Amino acid sequence: MNKASLTELTAFELHGLLKNGDISADEVSAAFLSEIKNKQTATNAFITVCEGAADAVNGTLAGLPYAAKDNISTKGIRTTCASRILSDYVPVYDATVIENLRGSGARLLGKLNMDEFAMGSTSETSYFGAVRNPWDVGRSAGGSSGGAAAAVAAGMVPFALGSDTGGSIRQPSSFCGVTGIKPTYGAVSRYGLIAYGSSLDQIGPVARDARSCALALSAMAGEDLRDGTSEKCEITVPAEGVSIKGKRIALPKEAFADALSAGVRECVLGAVKTLEGLGAVVEWVRLPMLEYAVAAYYIIASAEAASNLSRYDGIRYGVSVLDKSLNLDEVIVRNRSEGFGREVKRRLMLGNFALSAGYYDAYYNKALRVKALLAQDFARVFADFDFIIMPTAPGAAPKLGESLDDPLAMYLSDAYTVPINLAGLPALSMPCGLMDGMPVGAQLIGKRFADSDILAAAAAYQDATDFHMKKPSAGATEVNV
Amino acid sequence: MSLYETVVGLEIHVELATESKVFCGCSTKFGGEPNTKVCPVCMGLPGSLPRLNEKAVEYALRAGLALNCEITRNAKFDRKHYFYPDLPKAYQISQLYLPLCVNGYVDITGKRVNIREIHMEEDAGKLVHDLWTDETLVDFNRCGVPLIEIVTQPDMRTADEVVETVRAIRAALAALGVSDVKMQEGSMRVDVNLSVREFGHEFGTRTEMKNINSLKSIARAVAGESKRQIELIETGKKITQETRRWDDNKDTSYAMRVKEDAHDYRYMPDPDLSPFLITEEQLTHIRRTQPELPEAKRLRYPKEYGLSAYDTDILISERTLCVLFEGAAEITRKPKDTANWIIGEVLSILKERGEPADELSLDKDKFARIITLVADGAINRAAGRRVLRALLDSDIDVDAYVKQNGLEAIGGASVVDDAVKKVVAANADSVAKFRSGSEKVFGFLMGQVMKELKGKGDPAALKKALEEALL
Repeated sequence: MNKASLTELTAFELHGLLKNGDISADEVSAAFLSEIKNKQTATNAFITVCEGAADAVNGTLAGLPYAAKDNISTKGIRTTCASRILSDYVPVYDATVIENLRGSGARLLGKLNMDEFAMGSTSETSYFGAVRNPWDVGRSAGGSSGGAAAAVAAGMVPFALGSDTGGSIRQPSSFCGVTGIKPTYGAVSRYGLIAYGSSLDQIGPVARDARSCALALSAMAGEDLRDGTSEKCEITVPAEGVSIKGKRIALPKEAFADALSAGVRECVLGAVKTLEGLGAVVEWVRLPMLEYAVAAYYIIASAEAASNLSRYDGIRYGVSVLDKSLNLDEVIVRNRSEGFGREVKRRLMLGNFALSAGYYDAYYNKALRVKALLAQDFARVFADFDFIIMPTAPGAAPKLGESLDDPLAMYLSDAYTVPINLAGLPALSMPCGLMDGMPVGAQLIGKRFADSDILAAAAAYQDATDFHMKKPSAGATEVNV
Repeated sequence: MSLYETVVGLEIHVELATESKVFCGCSTKFGGEPNTKVCPVCMGLPGSLPRLNEKAVEYALRAGLALNCEITRNAKFDRKHYFYPDLPKAYQISQLYLPLCVNGYVDITGKRVNIREIHMEEDAGKLVHDLWTDETLVDFNRCGVPLIEIVTQPDMRTADEVVETVRAIRAALAALGVSDVKMQEGSMRVDVNLSVREFGHEFGTRTEMKNINSLKSIARAVAGESKRQIELIETGKKITQETRRWDDNKDTSYAMRVKEDAHDYRYMPDPDLSPFLITEEQLTHIRRTQPELPEAKRLRYPKEYGLSAYDTDILISERTLCVLFEGAAEITRKPKDTANWIIGEVLSILKERGEPADELSLDKDKFARIITLVADGAINRAAGRRVLRALLDSDIDVDAYVKQNGLEAIGGASVVDDAVKKVVAANADSVAKFRSGSEKVFGFLMGQVMKELKGKGDPAALKKALEEALL
């Protein structure tokens, strides 16, 4: 088998070949490392590449290469969160997911670019420069796990780890034409994931298709004694010929209202038709709390971020001014002022304001109540249905630079993804069509800990369609090489 | 009689004596090379997460029950934010909204001091200033050691009441074994909130005093601060609400920071720690296995052992004394003797040596052996004291020590009788004087016999033999 075509296979297909001994692990790693070299300049998907990382562990993912978003701690490999303040930070320990994947034989090829501290929807707030979409390098790859989605779309790795606090796995997956799942809150250990919004953050895989995601997730998920919010969770890889016959799917009216672009609506409703054709039963429902989700999300996530990011003062690690004429407070202020970018500072100020004395009840506490009501809204629908389908994002990937001047518009574009994090549910984005040549994703949402079920439904859809196998033209990523 | 009344409330931080820290597996042992008892969690490294130590919760519950608190059944942790280099996450995990224990009390002489709450939190690291290099370094060994903070109501009015309250709380916690409660080492830290007012008036402005390291300095700090505040009032000045640092060497306090620049702590529930339930089974188990508290001993000792109230109070003031007393009395079957040996001998030796009673560790079996040997007349009391001193110095074998040092009382009838005969024969004058009614010479003759026995005679046996010989 020639090396160029290895990088076009899905992780699930590669896994089969590796298991049968048809190809060697070194061969596979070499092929992807070479593709990383070819496409890095055009995509800027990686912050750090780890060459020759080869642990010969004979586990369930033996020999399968992957890369991890740069907010997941890797022992001895710098982990920057795409921020200046952590640009030289090297963790002394591995995140649980990194340990788990190493234990199953997967090989880490590098660390992926992202929005600074996962705050952003376009991967443009990175201290290391914006990620460019492999489908059109003038466009955003989405965010914040833009590096993960772009790397998979460009064939630089067969699967990647992202993190999703308000859509950061699903939205870039949608923009880059790949499949990505945000697992149920608690399904995957957060130990070692550098926190943004602790009550919302989840690590999840991005790959070409649902089976590959399931394969990776099965090696990652499960209870971890180091993360008190993690729970027991087993992931099944969808069987061949998996069916969704008789499954009940809900379509929330609120999610198909005016803000949605016609192209996305057409693609998502097309996917719904396909699922109906496969035997699913589809009905319209109401999710009235949906419209409050963005407001609640930006209060909760910003407040938790303000708290979580307080520790970055440059004193024990991270970039720091070395000026003995400054006193302690001045050192901290200077390090934080120079170490954080604009979007991070904006959210830290929002969060600290929401937590300050006298405002806590009006903002943070009220947002927590919205969160509880939203969860009830979903629970009501899930009493009657197996899945909910809605768009992942209101449009396709924006042009680079387009979103940075209007943060509010950027926040509103998260309207379809943030409610899922607030409710703690599993959701995936799967390619369901193209709009003006750019990919569009449909979002499939399940009950808590029904991660395997939505992966199975997505596999059934992908068995019947080939949107997930569409790839950017080779020329697109080579323009700037 | 002063016009003014002093009003005191306390905030007492107590380190819990768990093996490992409250949110990670690191050791809580005091001291050691700096930054050797640390891990990513207590160092607050990016991505690390806390995991609650159940033992710390149990210890906090034990303290709460012992101090008569209501227990919060659905408890949770909150984050308290401020920037300081000894706080690596820039927030302390604490309990603001739902403290684990509320509405307790402790009884002191003639009054009840109410406890508003006991909440759990984590300790911070320590700053070490190097005068030579003029650098400040941080030691995180203490960071993450479990703490409880006991907050009383402003119910105390005198330095004596304050000291008695601290003593009572300390004795209870020591009896439970949930803390070392050593003020010097900082495992018990008492902050004094104090204000003064004219009798019958509203509460005055209060100050908070920190860095008080002994019961003695508490009394001095209370007296000093109320005097300072009264002087301010009498000279028409205002009292500033502030935190003051007590300086034990200078016997005075000075302002650390005023309340106006107090932090906004931006409290929020800690999303990394799920709310936890305290179950009825858990509480039942704790109640059933709760060690006996000083208050219960106060009733039991006079009843069971026939001790005086005075002796009882001395014993129950220190857990180590109670443990020694109960253990040794069970072996000697002579509780009064045992109490006398502790109060009369052990405590006076400790006092003479300047050693604190809370650090006493004396083997109960060996201690009981000394008491028994003396009671049986095998050694005399003076020899007993000598063995006790030796036992306090090192872990000796009591019987071997007695033998090696020839301390056995010479009680064999023939030896004593021989000595008596010898003395009577050699001191005919004195014997005659005694027989003619001069009882004073009996002491002299006793001394002569004891001398003959090289000081090792059992005085009682000796006295009996001499009396018989002189009849």
